[in-house]
This record gives sequence, structure tokens and C-alpha cells, in this order.
Amino acid sequence: MNNLTDKKQNKFSINVGLAEMLKGGAIMDVTNVEQAKIAEDAGACAVMALERIPADIRRDGGVARMSDPEMIQAIKDTVSIPVMAKCRIGHFAEAQILQALEVDFIDESEVLTPADETNHIFKSDFKVPFVCGATNLGEALRRIGEGAAMMRTKGEAGSGNIVEAVRHMRNLQDEMKRLTTLGKEQLMAVAKEHGAPFDLVCYVAEHGKLPVPNFSAGGIATPADAALVRQLGAEAIFVGSGIFKSDDPAARAAAIVKATTHFDDPAVLLEVSSGLQPGMKGLEMSEIPEEERLAVRGW
Amino acid sequence: MNKAVGVLALQGAYQKHIDILGALNIAAQTVRTSHELASCCALIIPGGESTTISLLIQKNSLYDPIKIFAENHPVMGVCAGMIMMATEVDDDRVTPLGLMPFKALRNHYGAQVHSFTTDITMDFDSKGQTFPAIFIRAPGVDKVSSEVQVLARNVNKNRNEAVILKKGQHMALSFHPELTGDTRIHNYWLNNFKQVTPHASIK
Repeated sequence: MNNLTDKKQNKFSINVGLAEMLKGGAIMDVTNVEQAKIAEDAGACAVMALERIPADIRRDGGVARMSDPEMIQAIKDTVSIPVMAKCRIGHFAEAQILQALEVDFIDESEVLTPADETNHIFKSDFKVPFVCGATNLGEALRRIGEGAAMMRTKGEAGSGNIVEAVRHMRNLQDEMKRLTTLGKEQLMAVAKEHGAPFDLVCYVAEHGKLPVPNFSAGGIATPADAALVRQLGAEAIFVGSGIFKSDDPAARAAAIVKATTHFDDPAVLLEVSSGLQPGMKGLEMSEIPEEERLAVRGW
Repeated sequence: MNKAVGVLALQGAYQKHIDILGALNIAAQTVRTSHELASCCALIIPGGESTTISLLIQKNSLYDPIKIFAENHPVMGVCAGMIMMATEVDDDRVTPLGLMPFKALRNHYGAQVHSFTTDITMDFDSKGQTFPAIFIRAPGVDKVSSEVQVLARNVNKNRNEAVILKKGQHMALSFHPELTGDTRIHNYWLNNFKQVTPHASIK
């Protein structure tokens, strides 16, 4: 390996390492300093700083862009946990700005309005780690091929409905399981079928998992939702609208953190699910027109 | 009764430590309650977010049980876990367990873009050997008591910082041996005490 490749590989390991540190935790969307404080006090392992949570982006319409760096900086100054921020799909200039701001993770996110309908950012060129969304294995492996250090299944952001998160997690897990049953001679055809890099297909066939941590996002609104996706294989969770669109953000945030840790202990899940105020109302998927669905963004 | 090495699994890189213990043929188990802790012969506090882990230790009523456990069982803290081992931390959002007399400096090197790897040499290792140390939003240390042994330093870029501390059966590390798959450090810690029972069927 030459020196340059060595350095890139090194950077990638460090960035996947940070993703490892976030495992077993809850990452929460916050739009201001007060919410960031509530998230940190509730036990969030990181926050995602953004101007509007997905439910409001969905309601308001218009173009959703990277947040004001000043607002992100204010949140960085408030909390000690890692701060993530979103850039538009393909918008590498926004990513350059977020890197200069020294956010700890960039989410190249379908929640914002895409800037490029063909290409994603070439993430290996950056020092800062990236997380990207995926609805299936091919999409996940393309993003990792571009340099993403963490994946999250997309779900449907801002819906308060877990059904898409479950669909995407099951899709991904089923496709990975299938690969482990195939012969080596079948893997190139699989790479072609999924539109995925061959070496990453081989990795999944050998290990039965992605080479980076895989978290779940999009629609988690209750402690039980968090426990469900964790039991389906999510290594940590992102909660967006579910917390600050509920009637009791602090209590709900703490309950979701506890459910994420004790995801396979029904006695704890019962305790933390009891006595919460009403959660966000949420949307039935049939209420969201196809063209307004966020999960289909990404190529 | 065969006792396992516990890995605190409230949040963070606990699975990687379980994998390393597995590679060393040592029985390991996750610890999320004081009941689970009671069935362990030693404890690893993994990396993760120190403010989160500190908070979750309190919220899950594990603070006193871990302190009592540490009086006669070995504990190893890594990164965020190292911060929890200290007697003092430069951030009042963390309530350390006070198991080793030193002060921990949270996030000593800055944001993730300043995370790095470097080769270090360890006092207990064979001569001429190095260990690939991965530092991720890593802590620094200060006011290290004379009761504490320093087993490795980061001398990269004219630095001279203690990165492995040991006192009695306890150890604290500012970097992540579990991410390299290299078993030398875990093996050294385990060989420092005898209660550990090898276990053929690793879970």
C-alpha cells in the first residue's frame, strides 16, 4: 500500500472508530441551545443540529438547506457530546463549510432538498466522518464506497411512523443474510444486481454485516419503537421529530435513551413506557404522497 | 462457579471488547444492571461519550455498585472509561468513580477532525515492539499521583503524555486497543489477576 492510500485508510479507521463510540446510544435532532441541553441531560450520545426538524420541513415546504453555521456553533459551545450537522445530497461545498466548522459528523441527508440528482459527495476526500441513509444494501454499499463511516436506514423522517424504518432495516438485514449463503462465483452477479462495489459485496458475504456501524432513523417516536429497531439489528438510533414534537420532550428523551440501552429487557421497557404524555401525532404512510416521501431521495 | 469479565454496556464500543475477550478465549458478558455486575470477576468500562456514560451510570443506579466492586475486583477504563476512573475531571457534567488518583481532561485534542493514530511503546511489551494506538476525541491526564504507574506515553509531535495508567489491578487508557483487534493490552491486564476463568463457549 502506498503512503497516500495508507493515510486514507487510517483516516477511515479513525472515523469508523467514532461511529463505534456512538453505538448503543440515541442521537437526537435539536434546533436550538435549549433543546440541545435537554437532549444531553437525557443521555443522548450526540446531537444533530438543524434549523427545522423533519416534521416542520415537511409542513413548511420550500428548499431545505444546511443550517446557519452560527446556530451550529452555539450548540457546539453548549454541549460536550459530539455535534452532527446535515448537508444536502451532493452539496460538497456545504460539506466543506461544515468541516471547516469542525462538526464531528456530517449527515449527507435526504431530509434536506438534494443539490445533485445523480451524484453523492465523494466523502473519502474529507477528514470529517459522514453518515448517509440507505433503504437497501446496494445503496448502503455505494455510500460506503464513497467513504461514509456510518450508515443509517432511512425510515420516513418526520412521519412519526415506524413502518418504513422497519421495512428498510429488514430489507438490509435480509439482503445481507442472503449474501452469506451464496458461492463466490455468484458475488459478481450480486454486485451487478445491487449496483454495489464488488469488494464491499465480498465483505458482506464473508461477515454478514456492513463494514461500518449501522443505525436506524426515521419514524422513531416511542421507547418501544427504539427497542424494536434495536432488536431488528440497529446498533444505535437517530430520533428526530419524535422528541420535540411530543408533549414532554425531556421525559420522552430520557425514556428513549433507556429503552435504547435496555432494548431486550421487557421489564425496563414497561417501566419507561409508562406515564409519558402523548407522543407526536404522526402520519399514516398513505397520507404522504409519493413525491413528498424523503426516503426515495438518494441514488 | 466460572465468572466472566463484564463489559459495561450502557452505551459505547462494548461489543468490540467482548470480541477481543472472545479472541483471548475469556468468557465475557454485558453489564447493564448491578445484578449482572455481581456475577463478574472484572469489569471493562468502554469508550463512548463520557458525559453520557456518567449520566447513565447514575440513572441505572450503578455508581455505588461499581465503586464497591472495584475495591476488590480489577477495572479497566478506556477513553470515556478512563475519564470515569479518575478522581477529578475538568468538566462537572461527569461524576468520575474515583478509582485512580489522577485528573482527566475531557476531549483534550478537540473535535473529530483532530483525532489521530500513532505508534506507542509499552513498558510491559517485548523490546522494539510498538502498538498502533487510535485516539478518538481522546482525553488527556494531569496531576497523576506517584501511586500511579505510567506504562506508555505518546511522544508523537514533541508531546510527552501519559496514555496508559496502572494502579494495582486497575488500568486506564486514553486510546482504543479494542478497535485494532490487537489483544496485547487486554492480555496484560488479565494476566495481572488470577480469578479469571478461561471459557470454551464464548457468548
